[in-house]
Amino acid sequence: MSEHELRVSKIRDGTVIDHVEGGQALNVLAILGIDGSEGFGVSVGMNVPSDRLGRKDIVKVEDRELSQSEVDVLSLIAPEATINIVRDFEVVEKNRVTRPDTVTGVLSCPNRNCITNADEPIETRFDVVADGVRCDYCATILRADIADHIDV
Amino acid sequence: MRQDHLITATQLSRDDIETVLDRARAVADDPAAYADRHAGRVLALCFFEPSTRTRMSFDSAAKRLGMNTIDMGDVDSSSVSKGESLSDTVRVIEGYADAIVLRHPSEGAATLAGERVDVPVVNAGDGAGQHPSQTLLDLHTIREDHGLDDLTIGIMGDLKYGRTVHSLAAALTEFDANQHFISPESLRLPRSVRFDLHETGAQIREHEEIEPVLDELDVLYVTRIQKERFPDENEYHRVAGEYRIDAETLDAAADDLTVMHPLPRVDEIAPDVDETDHARYFEQAHNGVPVRMALLDTLLENANPDADEGTEVDR
Repeated sequence: MSEHELRVSKIRDGTVIDHVEGGQALNVLAILGIDGSEGFGVSVGMNVPSDRLGRKDIVKVEDRELSQSEVDVLSLIAPEATINIVRDFEVVEKNRVTRPDTVTGVLSCPNRNCITNADEPIETRFDVVADGVRCDYCATILRADIADHIDV
Repeated sequence: MRQDHLITATQLSRDDIETVLDRARAVADDPAAYADRHAGRVLALCFFEPSTRTRMSFDSAAKRLGMNTIDMGDVDSSSVSKGESLSDTVRVIEGYADAIVLRHPSEGAATLAGERVDVPVVNAGDGAGQHPSQTLLDLHTIREDHGLDDLTIGIMGDLKYGRTVHSLAAALTEFDANQHFISPESLRLPRSVRFDLHETGAQIREHEEIEPVLDELDVLYVTRIQKERFPDENEYHRVAGEYRIDAETLDAAADDLTVMHPLPRVDEIAPDVDETDHARYFEQAHNGVPVRMALLDTLLENANPDADEGTEVDR
């Protein structure tokens, strides 16, 4: 076990999201809708040294396993992330994230004139394109600033 | 054309466009054959933004097909002013009409409306988004003069907020067209439109001045630079003046250059251009009626595939 892995203790059951780009850990929690009030044990390591990424963030969520749709959405801000499902201290499943075709109800559209920002009963919907996402309603494209528009 | 709605020009294939334009030509050649084609049907005109040409042109088109039109009137005197959502408004109007023409100040409004109702929805302009029925009449005008392949077109003016430009640029990718976009840096095509053009492999070039490309053009499509987009009025006047054409400007153009404009114009095309053989913007506006007749006919036919059996109209 390397030194940096010791910074956050092992969990008995839950999910470890590893290889998150440095600085994105809190956005990962936002996407998962976790703000601490749910009662899950949450550990966050930020800017931990990483051979692959240089610096990375790690998020450990106890007693919570991620759904595939949650994992897909994570790919937008953490395309290199690995998802480790832990049961009884053992990693029983290790997955890479994959990019979804669409993201619904997670991001807000930055175009203030988009109908999704009017007072309508409507859920945002973005198509995932080559290097970003695109609003299905107004066609606005979001690229590097996706995390700024997480709305969960 | 198989769609029930016309929301964006990006949904139109070459076949879709040619189907409507062929029908528009047939309508223009023999309007009497279409006079009662949709008698008894009702078209709802829902304009959440002021409009003269588009509203009247759809109204005229519907009536020439034998339809009745209903109009929600001025937004200030409608239920919208009481805070009703667009979603609710179109759901209610769906029960009154066989098709809905919608103009709205928000981008994506027509997409939302199309998701909420089963009757055909035509996007008659959504904010700075799309205006696809305008594109069909633009293409009809271009086709009459030059055809739609082996075409070099310059599109000049407010390319950022100009919804007619966004729709036209998308539709032209279905044809063999070189597109030159001429605008000040601050009013270049938005990223989403350039993304679509690049995705299709369209041949496009962007310029800040018209002079280097003017003599190559078959069509020059001019749009109004909107004063309200500029925080500084002096800057507006400086920019607008550089994108104004007059008869003298066109001395350098090909003899058969077609000059178009979605109208209304302010001063970006000088009145002396009207007297040249290049001017086609009034015919372009007039083409709105047969093209919108053809569009409504096509959409209603898609929505009611069995309703027209037995008619004697030869199409």
